[in-house]
Amino acid sequence: MFAEAEATHAAGWFLEHAWLIPVIPAVAFFLIIFFGKKMPRGGSEIGIAAMLASFVIAAGATYQWIQWTHHSEEAIDKTLTWWSSGPLKFSIGQHIDGLAVMALVLVAFISTLVQIYSTEYVRGDRRYTHFFASLTLFSAGMLAMVLAPNMVQFVLGWEIMGLCSFMLIGHWWEEEANARAALKAFFTVRTGDMGLLVGTAMLLAVFGTLDIGGEHGINAMAAAGEFDSKSMLMWTAVALFIAAIGKSGQFPLHTWLPDAMAGPTPVSSLLHSSTMVVAGVFLVARIYPVFHIGLDINVAGHHFNFIAVIGGITILIAAGLAFVQNDIKKVLAYSTVSQLGYMMMGLGVGAWMPAVFHIFTHAFFKCCLFLCAGSIAHTGSHHSFDMKTDMGGLRKKMPVTFVTWVISTAALCGVPFFSGFFSKDEIIDSAHANDYTVFWIIGLIGAFMTTAYMTRATYLTFFGKARGGAAHFVDGHEDHSHDAASDEVHHDVDGLDTHAHPVHDDHHAPLNHGKPLPFAPDDSPWQITAPLILLSFLALVAGYLNAAPFHWHSFEHWLESSIGLPIGEGGIPEPPAFEWVNALPSIVLVLAGFAVSLFLSKKVFFNDEKSPFKGLTERNSLLGAGHRFLVNKYYLDALYEGVIVKSIAHPIAKAAYWVNQNVLDGVVNSVGITGRRTGEWVYRNVDQRVVDGAVNGSGATARGAGGVLQPVQSGKVSMYGALLFGAAAVGALVLVLVNS
Amino acid sequence: MLLNQFLILGALLFCMGVYGVLTRKNAVMVLLSIELILNSVNINLLAFDAMNGNSDGNVFALFIIAVAAAEVGVGLAMVLLIFRNRKNISLDDLSEMKG
Amino acid sequence: MVLASDIQVAQNVGFAIIALMMIIAGVGVIAARNVVHAALSLVVVMAGAAANYVLLSAEFVAVTQVLVYIGAVMVLFLFGVMLTRAQVGKDAELNNKNAVVAAPVALLLFGVLAYVLLKGFSDDKIAATTGNGAKPQDTAVISDLIFKPYLLPFWALSFVLLAAVIGAIVLARKD
Repeated sequence: MFAEAEATHAAGWFLEHAWLIPVIPAVAFFLIIFFGKKMPRGGSEIGIAAMLASFVIAAGATYQWIQWTHHSEEAIDKTLTWWSSGPLKFSIGQHIDGLAVMALVLVAFISTLVQIYSTEYVRGDRRYTHFFASLTLFSAGMLAMVLAPNMVQFVLGWEIMGLCSFMLIGHWWEEEANARAALKAFFTVRTGDMGLLVGTAMLLAVFGTLDIGGEHGINAMAAAGEFDSKSMLMWTAVALFIAAIGKSGQFPLHTWLPDAMAGPTPVSSLLHSSTMVVAGVFLVARIYPVFHIGLDINVAGHHFNFIAVIGGITILIAAGLAFVQNDIKKVLAYSTVSQLGYMMMGLGVGAWMPAVFHIFTHAFFKCCLFLCAGSIAHTGSHHSFDMKTDMGGLRKKMPVTFVTWVISTAALCGVPFFSGFFSKDEIIDSAHANDYTVFWIIGLIGAFMTTAYMTRATYLTFFGKARGGAAHFVDGHEDHSHDAASDEVHHDVDGLDTHAHPVHDDHHAPLNHGKPLPFAPDDSPWQITAPLILLSFLALVAGYLNAAPFHWHSFEHWLESSIGLPIGEGGIPEPPAFEWVNALPSIVLVLAGFAVSLFLSKKVFFNDEKSPFKGLTERNSLLGAGHRFLVNKYYLDALYEGVIVKSIAHPIAKAAYWVNQNVLDGVVNSVGITGRRTGEWVYRNVDQRVVDGAVNGSGATARGAGGVLQPVQSGKVSMYGALLFGAAAVGALVLVLVNS
Repeated sequence: MLLNQFLILGALLFCMGVYGVLTRKNAVMVLLSIELILNSVNINLLAFDAMNGNSDGNVFALFIIAVAAAEVGVGLAMVLLIFRNRKNISLDDLSEMKG
Repeated sequence: MVLASDIQVAQNVGFAIIALMMIIAGVGVIAARNVVHAALSLVVVMAGAAANYVLLSAEFVAVTQVLVYIGAVMVLFLFGVMLTRAQVGKDAELNNKNAVVAAPVALLLFGVLAYVLLKGFSDDKIAATTGNGAKPQDTAVISDLIFKPYLLPFWALSFVLLAAVIGAIVLARKD
């Protein structure tokens, strides 16, 4: 049935049958949908069994791939013609190489853990079966994308993930905010997806094929320079990278990712931190030669390129935003965005291996952090994620969650000998060695900021005095996790509380918890803590697969054939030799970030009411403005929703109105503040005359523009048609004139 | 026969169809004009096919005929629905999109 | 350069007659004051198109055109005209006042198209008239194409038709 693309000597059963890995969850999805409701556990057992089966095959494939790399570098391709249209044939199948195997085992493993976790977390949910069905379909989509032998299957998996992401973010759609977050995520990502479709079509135009691997695949042809037009390749890379920007939450399309935290926590942990969002990074890594050559990466004299710049900007702005979040999941979301920025920057500076390795390590510790946040909300803080009102002082009560959180945080911050250190530090180091000094500095600043915001989050969550929901849990009501009756009481108390909880994760579950682990009687049940322990263990040790300080490079050896480019001259640069001196700046900055943040957290949030830092943002206008700027997410959301979305609905008149409302009012406000500070003269002259004059004038202009353009929006279909055809004719005329 | 005589005829029919779509008020008449456009495309496809001596264009022409049949069916159903609700089928009165 | 042997008088005369008929009928479709007249003019255009397909040696498409378009689609149209109780006689309300915009747009479009066509295919000839490979499109070849390489589009089209049938019923039935 499968026509072997290349004559391979026996590569082992698991490698030959890796295509089963996405097929099993795909079948399971239909089983859950059709029979799940009748099953004793609502279909979750089918999902878990399917993911376990996938994981077993993926693990077997990993083992056999490691054996395989001892004597061969060839990928194991198997394809089946899926459909054809005229002369074009599209196949479906598998392209198994190191990168695919790494991602397969990662996704299957984390999906399994998250499904186990979910059995407790969404227990009793009204759409329990659908939740597991969507999770399983998501895994099938991601796995199908990962082993895609061509771009068509890649797009297929990519879109399945987008759909599942939408369904899972909006899982509790009864609350309007969740439904809106789901729509926002979907549309923002779709904006980028246009790039994927255009880019894929352009790949077909440039190379005449959509196959990724093989002698006549995209990678090989790009690496060998078998294309006509370099500029065409450049635009292809740009279009594809726009898709990666959307999916991986890079600047400026990162705004959907924090809102996506409206979904259930297991979803955030699986889709929006460790697997789906790295799809964009994976795309760049998968067809790296296209980007490397198309965007002039590692060309002498080029110190900037599109990918590195976007990645670098993302690191800094997302880390900045993480400081002002009170919602623990949003801190983690921005942290994810920032870490994805590291991966992109790594790819942008030619550090393919460290970037891919960072995908690997980041998945473990970020998944673990999210699951910790879910564990806290589930058990410790009454389904609230607000660190300031409902957490604090949880370390004694929730030892497992606390320890796993700290290990993962250390890994995330890049503390030496934790996994994040080996991957992140190598990205930073490569940026330095490959002569991208600016991005080296950005990476270092990012490391500092990462430690600082994670220290703040850790402090607020686990230390200090327990507040709100956590206070109920920590002080007295010890039987919270066992006694359903006392939970009812808690909820009543909560209902009477004057401070309103932003309960965006209240999942209407009856509160009969499962059994906790024996050594942590107050912590979450074992279904939650067991995945935490496993993941944090991996967060600790995964880095040693590619530990440059100890000259352990197994990971590199397994994956280097996937790059598609030679290492060394004419390809990507050799990885820099590790020296502790080079790692020193980042270690020092990590420690500094920890110290500064701890000091500030202590001063600002607790104990010391008279501290000069308390309420600093309210008193100092400069810091206050910065704080406001961050809280409003750099006003990007206002830009997207206020300008771009509305300008599609009601073109220029609305945009003028927005300018009037937001920009000019903003100008008025800030000038007004300065005015009060500097006195009556400025007040009389600037505020009253200039600014008011400007506002009135621009208001009149906006009205005028609206009036002129309004007849165009007649609502008459024939008028719209005339505009459409007229514009098409004029466009064609311009093209004819330009080309003749 | 020159290729262009067919192509120009197609272009002429196409532009007539565009004019009809834009000026007709009655929804049925707009649908008639759309048929004109679809036919002009078919003429183009078959002319190119005859020039190149292959049959792919014939296949597409058949597809277009099928799609046109579907389009007329749905389009007339919509016109009927509009007529039932409003007692006329003047497209100019359908201006809910007025901005 | 056009050789004397390439000029096929009969076909060209035929084409000229058909084209003229189609253009006149086309004007009828877009300008008639009467809905039924417009619909009948469209029948003439379609018949002319079918005749053109025969000239282009695409007999199967020509037959399909007659059966489906003139046979089925036009009957549907006449049903539509009758059911919406449009006036069968003259109707001044048939056109809106967009002719001022529509005429320049259509003319510009035609100008651009004609310029590009004349420039791009200045005197390309149709293979059927040059003597080599002049064979009528075999229906067997078309069916081979539809059911082999174009099978997927064919399926997609079947679903479109199915959806259209269901959609038309849902839209038009009276509850």
